[in-house]
Amino acid sequence: MTGRYLDQLLFVALPYVALFTFFLMTIYRYRAQSFSYSSLSSQFLENKQHFWAVVPFHYAVLVVTAGHLVALFVPRSILAWNSHPLRLYILEVSALACGLLTLIGLVGIVWRRFTTSKVRRITTITDWIIYAILLLQVASGVGIALLLPWGSSWFATNLSPYLWSIFTLAPDVSYIAAMPVLVKFHIAFAFVTVGFFPFTRLVHILVIPNPYLWRKPQVVRWYRNGKDASRAG
Amino acid sequence: MNVRSQIAMVFHLDKCIGCHTCSIACKNVWTDRKGTEYMWWNNVETKPGTGYPTKWEDQEKYKGGWEKKGDDLQIRSTGKAKVVPNIFHNPHMPSMDDYYEPWTYDYQNLFNAPESDDQPTARPVSMVTGEEIAVEAGPNWDDDLGGSSIYAANDANLEGLSEQQRLQLSSVEQLVFFYLPRICNHCLNPCCVAACPSGALYKRGEDGIVLIDQQRCRAWRACVAACPYKKVYYNWFTGKSEKCILCFPRLETGQAPACFHSCVGRIRYLGVVLYDADRLEEVAKLPNDELIEGQRSVILDPNDPAVIRAARENGIQDGVIESAQKSPVYQMVKVWKIALPPHIEYRTLPMLFYVPPLAPVQANKTNDTIDHVSENLFHDIDQARVPMRYFANLFGAGNEGPVRYALAKQKAVRWHRRAITVGDVDRATADRMLREADCTAEEAEAIYQLTSLCTFEDRFVIPPMYREQAVEMLKDPHEHRQSVGFGFSAGPKRGL
Repeated sequence: MTGRYLDQLLFVALPYVALFTFFLMTIYRYRAQSFSYSSLSSQFLENKQHFWAVVPFHYAVLVVTAGHLVALFVPRSILAWNSHPLRLYILEVSALACGLLTLIGLVGIVWRRFTTSKVRRITTITDWIIYAILLLQVASGVGIALLLPWGSSWFATNLSPYLWSIFTLAPDVSYIAAMPVLVKFHIAFAFVTVGFFPFTRLVHILVIPNPYLWRKPQVVRWYRNGKDASRAG
Repeated sequence: MNVRSQIAMVFHLDKCIGCHTCSIACKNVWTDRKGTEYMWWNNVETKPGTGYPTKWEDQEKYKGGWEKKGDDLQIRSTGKAKVVPNIFHNPHMPSMDDYYEPWTYDYQNLFNAPESDDQPTARPVSMVTGEEIAVEAGPNWDDDLGGSSIYAANDANLEGLSEQQRLQLSSVEQLVFFYLPRICNHCLNPCCVAACPSGALYKRGEDGIVLIDQQRCRAWRACVAACPYKKVYYNWFTGKSEKCILCFPRLETGQAPACFHSCVGRIRYLGVVLYDADRLEEVAKLPNDELIEGQRSVILDPNDPAVIRAARENGIQDGVIESAQKSPVYQMVKVWKIALPPHIEYRTLPMLFYVPPLAPVQANKTNDTIDHVSENLFHDIDQARVPMRYFANLFGAGNEGPVRYALAKQKAVRWHRRAITVGDVDRATADRMLREADCTAEEAEAIYQLTSLCTFEDRFVIPPMYREQAVEMLKDPHEHRQSVGFGFSAGPKRGL
């Protein structure tokens, strides 16, 4: 009985609280404190370990996140790909490799923060909290990849419908009710991450500078184009 | 013709005494906040020397500025293809070690130390970590160290100098140095603006001042790496880049920027120039030896009726055009050609120009008697202790011609004035010098006036600021009450 209530709490209530907080607070923070939207790079204070920690982490976490999104949005394509064992092995092994690289990068980041006195000085409490959350999240993900094989397939068959049931406001926990504890932990912690996201430096993901790829090199601002208008030219 | 106006500057190096008053004025007004302690938007370097940040002119190390690739102009440190990998770790970003770690002293220890046989000391404490540090570098660490084997000998401008010339620069009898005050050049083709992935950096259309929108800066750091003059700084505390703002709040109220206003040597000149924005790209791509002339050709004659008409069509106010006609910068750069851009080979088309200094003479030594007389009237220039090649690397994109021209004209003006006031130089010789330096007596007189007898109004011809044209002024002034830094109603709090 308690398990059912816990499931309701972690996989119905928590997701909505997390998503609500995420949207409300990211928008509010962008409007009220856009100055605080920054990647808060510490490369200036320490330039060498930075490369070996930050670069692998970012590339690997991008691939891992992209993999989760593909399985969420087009689960059938994953199943179709996995229908051949060799392709399944390739996908699982690369996912595991990227997960491990993310973990190594993240450990490197935290180690650098902790051991470089200049960088430690500008690390805030929220930084430490989000690092702890991310470490647990990435570690549990890697654990799943190691201990509970063929995750790409069962993500597509079970987790994807569960997540869609949340998004479509018809939560259905039955898809994941029988999942092992480790998987449940990973799902619940994913929502904790999402909910805590707006209060951390992670908001820099939302302001990735995509316009750079098509804007003109020089930016000139004129009064005649309006108060905060910017114009290439 | 697409006429725009730009606030441009000239620093007359012959008058700079290296007192650093400009740096202090700037520091007190703008960069005495946490995270900016190490920044010197205005700094004064001893040349030959490695400068600040160390060896900033060595673009093999920093990869600053533009480079010509075929028909294209590319930012050396970044670009559309490199923006993704560079955003995680910028390989050309200088670190704090390239500047210095700011520090203060533990003064409390002088009061609180327990009684002992020794005097208590105030130890240096890092302003970043709060821990005790061994100070190894600081602001103006190489001040006045001309001839130093650590600093002067590693100046990037020594490239192309013979072994003998290098030895001469470091020998005790011959050593020489001069000062190079530097602020942001507010370039016509700014690399920092073009490199910013977020589009946070911009050039103000009305006066050409280059600014960073602090609300839009996301600390991608591309501007710091891209600026070849290393005049964009990273605030390690707020996680935003900052740079010289040419004291725009002062300019908008008719006052000269703090560093200009406080200059005791009166070396700084400021005025408007009109330029043709349509020709910038073409000029920035010229070969090295045509860049100086090319940049001069972009600057338009403010008295030409066609230019005035085109300026009005572009919405430039009559007051600004009048100001451009009286601009001391236009005179020195375009008419007299005695002011030269620093390192124009970086192709950013800087709008801060330098009048190169007349260095001390290298005396001829014949039979142990020192001899200053020579048949060549411009002996001082060709035999100066600072080799012409050095000046050419700094102000001529490697070409000696424009530097020699500027120095010869200054020399001729001196002889012309000496013939008038002292009279120990005969008029015919002075006239010959003027002729050889491509200078008329009237021009020499005007250069003399603007160099030696200049008042505030002569040096700073600040265009009237049209309230309805000033983007920054549209904001509610009360928004800035009790603000910290600039443009915030609350202290710029570091992101969560």
